[in-house]
Formats: sequence, C-alpha cells, structure tokens
Amino acid sequence: MADTAVAHGADHGAHHTSTGLSNNKLGMWIFLGSECLLFGGLISTYMLYKGRVGEGPQPDQIYDIPFTSVSSFVLLMSSLTMVLAVSAAHRNDDRNTNLWLTVTAILGATFVGGQVYEFTAFYREGLGFTTSLFGSSFYTLTGFHGVHVTVGIIMLMALVGMVRRNRIPGSKAETVEMIGLYWHFVDIVWIVIFTLVYLIPA
Amino acid sequence: MSTATETVTHESTEHGESHGASDKQYIVIALILAVLTAIEVSTYYVDFGPLFLPTLFVLMIVKFVIVVSYFMHLKFDNKLFSYLFYSGLILAVSVYVGALATFKFFLS
Repeated sequence: MADTAVAHGADHGAHHTSTGLSNNKLGMWIFLGSECLLFGGLISTYMLYKGRVGEGPQPDQIYDIPFTSVSSFVLLMSSLTMVLAVSAAHRNDDRNTNLWLTVTAILGATFVGGQVYEFTAFYREGLGFTTSLFGSSFYTLTGFHGVHVTVGIIMLMALVGMVRRNRIPGSKAETVEMIGLYWHFVDIVWIVIFTLVYLIPA
Repeated sequence: MSTATETVTHESTEHGESHGASDKQYIVIALILAVLTAIEVSTYYVDFGPLFLPTLFVLMIVKFVIVVSYFMHLKFDNKLFSYLFYSGLILAVSVYVGALATFKFFLS
C-alpha cells in the first residue's frame, strides 16, 4: 500500500528524491525520533528525583488529578481537530483546514493556560523550582512540554495566516501534515507524562 | 463533512497518496481514546489493587500506539518512517531504563 502511494506520488512529481519519499517528512520523523531521547531523559530524571522532596510538598499532596485529567482530555481532543485539519488540507478545503487549525490552536492554548494555572497553584503551595529535586525535575519536564505546545500553537497560527494568504511554498497538504506530526508528538509525550508523573504516585 | 471525506481506509486520493482513515473514523478513534483516558482516570478513584500499574501501563501504550498509527498515519505510510521513529523511541527507552537501573530505581 505504502509502495503504491509512493509510486503514485512520484508519478505526480511530488517527491523527486533518492528514496521516493518526501525529504521534509523524512526529516520530521528523524526529528521526532530524536525528541524521544530528549523527553526520555527528562522523564527518567523526574522518575529518579520524584521521591527526593526534602522540605517541600510531596507529589501526591499537590497534584490535582481531576484538573489535569481535563487538561489531558483537551490536548487529546486537539489531536482529533489537527487530524481533521490535515484531512481537509488533503482535500484542498482551505476553509475547513483553517477552521480546524484554529480550533487546535485554541485547545492547545487552553492546555497551556491550565498548565500556567497549575504552576501558579503549586508555587503558592510551596513548590518552587529550587525547593527540592522533585520540584526542579517536575517543572523542567512539564515546562519543556509546555514550551513545545506553545511553539506548536505559534506554528498553527502562522499556518492559518499562510493558508489564508495562499503563501505556502510547495505542497500545502504536506506542510499542514508536518505541523500535524509535531502536534501529535506533543500529544503522545503528554500521554506518557500524564501516566508516569500524575497517575502513578511517588 | 462532505462525502469526499468519507473515503474508506487505505483508499488513495486524487493525488495518489494515502491519507489514512476517513473523518468519521478519526472521530471514532478519538472516542476510543477518550474512553481509555476515562479508564485511566478511574484508577485514581477506584482501587485496582495489583492491577493498578499494569492497567496504567497497558492503557498508556495502547493510547500511544493508536495516536502514532492512526493520527500520525504511520500505519498507512511508508515503513521507513516507522523504522526511523520507533528506532529513536526504542533507543530512548533502552538508554533510560538502563540509566535508571544503574541507580537501582527498580529495586526501590
């Protein structure tokens, strides 16, 4: 199936590369593979230090599971709206592409807003960045993820503007798909963080 | 959604490239993910006993694979993309499980 798709793509002059595949897509998957190493390091550091609390609050004393569950659900649903945007882009349906990209950005912003609220609440409860090894590793891990989501939102909004002005060089559908891959990756990283950090107590 | 969106899985588009499932199928997949998340969250309220950790790990892996396979289209795309991504993932898991083991994390 995939071979057929590639062959067809080549017939249309889409990917004149030595592999017959899009170099952009290949590069994106290599980047995402390398991102696994980044987040793997941050997650394992957190796992190692989550019990090193010292004077600050324990993880199970400050985590608000119902709140984080809603945030997780919002981010999960943003993956649906993203894939609907990619689907619309492949149909050359600019109106729905922009609609779903905007909804995805709004859901992402809701998640980041929730994270800012959570960080503020934790800080007020006595968990600063340097309070304990647990605090440092927690803020570093979830902060890095939050930055990734924020970068994703910026890319989504830029994409909306570019689609609206028809200023995307090359394949519009492929560009939307690239941003989509990044966005879904951010979602799967949160799937892991939600389980390992929040649901499994120290 | 228009009827054009309701193409069957694996069906090619006018450009001859596979774009995975239809919009309806994506919505069904999202509902499945939502149900799995609800089960995950239920472990916080209900005592799963010795099944607590296995349940969470299985649900996490299933959700991860569903998103990667369907939303990221790895199931429908060229296998080279899968090899690249899963190589990075397996390398990361191996390295960090090894690193945690050196700190006797799994014994504590």
